[in-house]
Amino acid sequence: MNWQAIRLSLELAGSVAGILLVAGLPIAYWVTFSRWRWKFLVEAIVALPLVLPPTVLGYYILAGLGPRNLPGKIWQSWFGQPLPFTFGGLLVASVLYSLPFAVQPISAGFESVDRRLIEASWTLGASPLATFFRVILPLSTAGVVTGMVLSFAHTIGEFGVVLMVGGNIPGVTRTVSIDIYDQVQAGNYDAANRTALLLLFFSFLVLSIVYGMNRRALSLWRKP
Amino acid sequence: MRRNKKIFRVLALAGLVFATPGLVLSAPNVSAVTPSGARNPSYFQRAEGGIALFARNQGLFSLTAISLQAPQKTCGTVTVAAASDLADAMNEIVTNFEKATGCNVRVSVGSSGNFLTQIENGAPFDLFFSADIEYPKKLERDGLAAPGSTYLYAVGKIVLWVGNDSGLDVGKGFGALRDPSVRKIAIANPLHAPYGRAAQEALRKSGMYEEVKDRLVLGENISQTAQFVESGNAQAGILALSLALAPSLKQKGRYWAIPENLYAPLEQGAVVLRGAQNPRGARLLIEYIKSPGATSLLERYGFSLPRGEKRR
Repeated sequence: MNWQAIRLSLELAGSVAGILLVAGLPIAYWVTFSRWRWKFLVEAIVALPLVLPPTVLGYYILAGLGPRNLPGKIWQSWFGQPLPFTFGGLLVASVLYSLPFAVQPISAGFESVDRRLIEASWTLGASPLATFFRVILPLSTAGVVTGMVLSFAHTIGEFGVVLMVGGNIPGVTRTVSIDIYDQVQAGNYDAANRTALLLLFFSFLVLSIVYGMNRRALSLWRKP
Repeated sequence: MRRNKKIFRVLALAGLVFATPGLVLSAPNVSAVTPSGARNPSYFQRAEGGIALFARNQGLFSLTAISLQAPQKTCGTVTVAAASDLADAMNEIVTNFEKATGCNVRVSVGSSGNFLTQIENGAPFDLFFSADIEYPKKLERDGLAAPGSTYLYAVGKIVLWVGNDSGLDVGKGFGALRDPSVRKIAIANPLHAPYGRAAQEALRKSGMYEEVKDRLVLGENISQTAQFVESGNAQAGILALSLALAPSLKQKGRYWAIPENLYAPLEQGAVVLRGAQNPRGARLLIEYIKSPGATSLLERYGFSLPRGEKRR
């Protein structure tokens, strides 16, 4: 079992979930409550990774942000090195790629909050920010936790982008899904099998938690 | 209920995206894999001479192209799995072969290790051009290839390659890698790519491995490795000579031939697979590889050739 790859994947997924918690809340809030007529365009952009092949994102990061192009040159002058083959590169790719997995459940959580409670909070003089932290957020924890868990799990399972832009560096970009791929290609089925089995259990566990939690939260919420 | 609506909206969007393949799917295909595209022919690329170029960019359309074109003679379609160091050379060989025989050839390009795994698990290829002759031999031993059909078609070489905009003096050989501007060095993955193994061995034997090992990035196959350097994301790479000489890369950089005493010769073998749908066509193609036209083409791509009828 390649513990280094497993640890790297956990680090990456943890960072992605953390970033998406901070970035996902305001995006989800805006998506849920904005009345802008072109809002659907933003929703489409957020949902894009659900349908876009990972190779598209991989290609843009590798070629578009490579040192031969202007965006890549700007990136390099800011951060000193190109985006591909770095942990930061995987982080950027994974955050983009897991965005809908965080934003959509959070947004669904916000939507399920009773509108009357929000309006009551406003009429009682609470600012929108106070309303958000004291009414909306506490009432949509299930959605937020689901979003975090899903983006964490989705990052663990990410493969295509990492294969294209990672460069397979041990401890830096060789994630657990890449490790399994390598072992299969090299014909080490035993090693692949062990890691694959672990991931299978992990994924099942994560999804069980998500579904179990949502059930309880919903049934609590529906009580009169 | 509002949540359901939302899901419906997402699905509708997905439907829309997939319903307009010309708009969405083909756009990234045009240059998605490599800027030149030529080194990574798609599975459908070899559909038919005239349509091939169009077909590459229109993956979906080429499906119809294949089914509509009746085979010109009785030869039918030969499906080939080819190591990625062969990409461009194989294109040319196959085009000539198709002209000469009226066969249809469909080439899939990838890493030899990946093809070995896929073939062991039932991939439907007729012919396997490996970058390492051990793989075809193994398939023969395991009863997955036609007995005695393994043929040593070429011996590959590796080079140290840098792009035109690099300030490195590759003439200095591996010593050039000491330059601090070289932050990443691309090689193929030694775990399953024969060219990666040769690269690692050469670095070890030259005593450079310890100095560079923290800067290595591993391509999934030698084509991806080339792509890493060509795109400028890695500053140098160890590539197959056949790729450095291929039209898609030739004008874009320069190389240093790595001394052949630093690595075991990259003996490349082809084999007819036992599950072949078209064994006759497969054997025709293997025979064609031995013809003077094909061997001189392989030599032009930097391969050295086995003398005479050296069957293995």
